[in-house]
Amino acid sequence: MVQMLTKRRLSKAARQTLRLLVMVLITFLGLLLITFLIGRVVPIDPVLAVVGDKASPELYERVRIEMGLHLPLWQQFYIYISSVLRGDLGTSVLTAKPVLEDILRVFPATMELAFTATLIGIFVGIPLGVFSAVKRGSLLDHITRVIGLLGYSLPIFWLALLALMFFYAKFDLLPGPGRVDVFYEDIVDPVTGFMLIDCIIAREWEIFRNAFSHMIMPATLLGYYSMAYLSRMTRSFMIEQLRQEYVLTARVKGVAEWRVIWGHALGNCAIPLITVVALSFGTLLEGSVLTETVFAWPGLGLYLTNSLLNADMNSVLGSTIVVGAIFLGVNMFSDFLYKVMDPRAR
Amino acid sequence: MENRLKGYSSVREWLLTDTPASAFQAASGRTYLGLLEFFKNRLAVLGLVIILGLIFVALFARQIAPYDPITTSLVDRLQPLSADHIFGTDEVGRDIFSRIVWGSRLTLYIIGLVAIIAAPVGIIIGTVAGYFGGFVDTVLMRITDIFLAFPKLILALAFVAALGPGIENAIIAISITSWPPYARIARAETITIRGSDFIRAIRLQGAGPIRIITRHIMPLCISSLIVRVTLDMAGIILTAAGLGFLGLGAQPPSPEWGAMTSSGRAYILDYWWLITMPGTAIFVVSLAFNLLGDGLREVLDPKSDN
Repeated sequence: MVQMLTKRRLSKAARQTLRLLVMVLITFLGLLLITFLIGRVVPIDPVLAVVGDKASPELYERVRIEMGLHLPLWQQFYIYISSVLRGDLGTSVLTAKPVLEDILRVFPATMELAFTATLIGIFVGIPLGVFSAVKRGSLLDHITRVIGLLGYSLPIFWLALLALMFFYAKFDLLPGPGRVDVFYEDIVDPVTGFMLIDCIIAREWEIFRNAFSHMIMPATLLGYYSMAYLSRMTRSFMIEQLRQEYVLTARVKGVAEWRVIWGHALGNCAIPLITVVALSFGTLLEGSVLTETVFAWPGLGLYLTNSLLNADMNSVLGSTIVVGAIFLGVNMFSDFLYKVMDPRAR
Repeated sequence: MENRLKGYSSVREWLLTDTPASAFQAASGRTYLGLLEFFKNRLAVLGLVIILGLIFVALFARQIAPYDPITTSLVDRLQPLSADHIFGTDEVGRDIFSRIVWGSRLTLYIIGLVAIIAAPVGIIIGTVAGYFGGFVDTVLMRITDIFLAFPKLILALAFVAALGPGIENAIIAISITSWPPYARIARAETITIRGSDFIRAIRLQGAGPIRIITRHIMPLCISSLIVRVTLDMAGIILTAAGLGFLGLGAQPPSPEWGAMTSSGRAYILDYWWLITMPGTAIFVVSLAFNLLGDGLREVLDPKSDN
């Protein structure tokens, strides 16, 4: 009987996972359809961009056929999908390299920032939210709410500029733009692409310290936004949980207050919080475009802006696909965890 | 009015009675209670006052701004704050205060148009999906999910890249990325409404789906949608300013606050006011919308109170 039950549940879990995968696949195809269509509305004639405006009509026609632009739209879309799935995102006009290669090179820098920011959000934002939910109306609660409100209202590029103005230009406490000082550039072998880890591998402590100090401002800034969002959400989840009767029951039974709060109540917030962390990751990718522009941080955001300003469509759409795919993947993972962790969702 | 108030000692009592005699009286009473609660929230009122101030400044920009926002005057460039130029002047000698005043029109123009485009699209898609359910629902919600699968700013950037930079294209791009949450809210509301008895009664009276959706379901979705749109305004302002900052929104010399911040970047070492003033304007306005939105949510959507 027990065996049969587990077997049934397993197959149900498998079915649900399959369903999730199909949904994600459809969404991904939709994402490709959008980038494909955006590529078609561009006012720039892709053939002219290749042959130049002095080319003969015959050459123009030949290139047009070579590029597959004479085919019906659905066939072009099919070719587009299969090339994207092969990892072919076209060639960047700006760097003359395959777009995928460019993205893989710059992406770790963005991940380094987004990852650190998420850690700040989780380890500062969530406790802050818990404390302010427990002590509602206290000074800490007010501070948390102000932090949240400012995080929703301050333009990130402006805060970044103010930070540069104060900590770099005025008081010279922290280094300015870039990932390391100029004379440290290209010394460390990019094994992982994460500057700090690469420095540890290469045992370059001097550069490690330099890279770390360069990271403080952009990472704290992005972390602040993550923290604002997470503390606000944690606060409202916790208030909801602390109202529940099981909390009262636990207290009556004499469970220690810290266990009621950090174990029982926060434990029940874990599942929705996972979704929120996943969503905040998307916000961070957004924020990184503006932050990287201000701090000249050589990541995906800066790459995207540079491509945009140079009308390099392949790079723009390639970056859009990559960001969309990551966001989709993160959300799928959080959905999956949700289903695994929440018995009601099974 | 005299006639209507018969039997009540004051307007207040007429509004607060437990036994309203007409739908009008009941609705007025509810509005009155809502307003009372809203005005108790001082921060929300502050937000409202700032937004009304913004609208006032935008309407009377010509009278308020002491200088022309576009004409340059190289003699006056990079002047610090003074009685003549209370926010100083920028790198080509334009009065920053006057530019911010005129920029308020652009801000209102952007958020107004985005709301007018995105909210109806969202409400139509959401109510149709929720009312019909089944296959229609699946298809429409899949499309909604696809748009939600991109971080907003990134998708807006891709659209602006295709359409070309400019304030109208920025508005289109932001609208395209803003409607999905509205569709989801409208769908959720519709699903709870569609099974209720009064909808069944209307259907028995022979009302078709279009009439039911537009006359009976949409009005009930409005209040939660207003809250959501108001809360989104801050995000729309920040996205528009971000596009302007990246050089993809409003183009120079137009006094858009994000673009002003961007052109002040090169001068932050010695001329702090170039970025500080327009940035503060963006911050104050989006803060105001957040405060107002929070206040509205408490009044109109008591479920989510905390």
